[in-house]
Amino acid sequence: MIVVIDSGVANLASVRAALKRLNVEAEVTSDIQKILAATRVILPGVGSASAAMAQLEAKKLTNVMRNLTQPVLGICLGMQLLFTHSEEGQGCACLDVIQGAVKQLRPKPDMPIPHMGWNQIKASALHHPLLRGVTGENFVYFVHSFAAPIGGYTLASCDYTETFTAVAGYKNFFGCQFHPERSGPIGSQILKNFLEM
Amino acid sequence: MLAKRIIPCLDVKDGQVVKGVQFRNHEVVGDIIDLAARYRDEGADELVFYDITASSDGRMVDREWISKVADVLDIPFCVAGGIRTVDDARAILANGADKISLNSPALENPDLIDEMAQEFGCQCVVIGIDSKQTDHDYWVYQYTGDVMKTQSTRRRTMDWAIEASQRGAGEIVLNCMNQDGMRQGYDIEQLRAVRACVAIPLIASGGAGALEHFALAFQHAHVDGALAASVFHKQVLTVGEVKDFLRHQGVAVRT
Repeated sequence: MIVVIDSGVANLASVRAALKRLNVEAEVTSDIQKILAATRVILPGVGSASAAMAQLEAKKLTNVMRNLTQPVLGICLGMQLLFTHSEEGQGCACLDVIQGAVKQLRPKPDMPIPHMGWNQIKASALHHPLLRGVTGENFVYFVHSFAAPIGGYTLASCDYTETFTAVAGYKNFFGCQFHPERSGPIGSQILKNFLEM
Repeated sequence: MLAKRIIPCLDVKDGQVVKGVQFRNHEVVGDIIDLAARYRDEGADELVFYDITASSDGRMVDREWISKVADVLDIPFCVAGGIRTVDDARAILANGADKISLNSPALENPDLIDEMAQEFGCQCVVIGIDSKQTDHDYWVYQYTGDVMKTQSTRRRTMDWAIEASQRGAGEIVLNCMNQDGMRQGYDIEQLRAVRACVAIPLIASGGAGALEHFALAFQHAHVDGALAASVFHKQVLTVGEVKDFLRHQGVAVRT
């Protein structure tokens, strides 16, 4: 079973609809037993890091998430929550399953923040199963003001005001800074890759 | 390279997509889901659904179609119209919308912008500004969904754009009412003026009628996206034609 974590402040419906377009019925839940038993776990996210962490904490899911061994995909804010820390708000401790700190993007002339819209990703791990079908020219849909810098976990990067991590992976934990559920055919392909990994 | 966005706008009234000229005389142009799917297939980068009656009638948009739209779209979409509370917005986002757009209710209660940005993040919060040029300045109008109720707010467009952005809006859609539905081109001068005031993404709206109009908005007003309705609904142009033209003009668009 595929589980989409009900984090309370998230883009749940659009993620579930994207999976349905792949003929996969996902269960949106915060039930610990169902999460532990899932074959794949997706952690979506819209909102602020501290609000999302507080929701996970309230549902007693932070340690559950940290100890998962099946493939986990964080989307947008959900990806940022996988890191050690986020600069958002007053600063926020996150799940720390990928070591690194999420930083605020700084606007530049003609580059407003949030980084909102379709931008190209560049795969650094070309043969990674999560990136099957990604050519280096694909546009995906981003909406964010914070991002993880480039690190050993970077599978694909994006350039906007600076080069940041667009796709991260460490052990069984993966993250997309963009919204695969809103990224047209290539987004569907990446979700499909995750389900088939 | 961040792609410039082409955004068909579907004005929704009583569950149908409608279009009027200069916000008046609405005629039905089609079914919501059919048009959403058509624009998705043509390469639209985003869709906006405006329930144009909601604010002026004091009622909330009907939410049933939102989840149907979310089921068929693999591109982002924004819902506008009569969103008055954080709970209204939460329900719409929970139904699968990616953004909510505030117009008249934000003018009535500007704190709504702060509250929604706080609750959902500024990237979800779009401010729609209906703006008209009179007496050598640009002024914000409200309740534009109903010609009998449309009124000037006596707020200057530039002042409101700056205030909205400071309060936490993540994007501004500037509807230039003098141009709306006329297909004579975007109001480049006004867009440039607003562009110079705010650092958040700016979407041009009102007046698109020909390929060059889109290029001018991107090249001369430096907007992030261009919204259009009648030119697409009436199939004067397709989204694909616009993007091909822009690509040849050196404008970065999603392929």
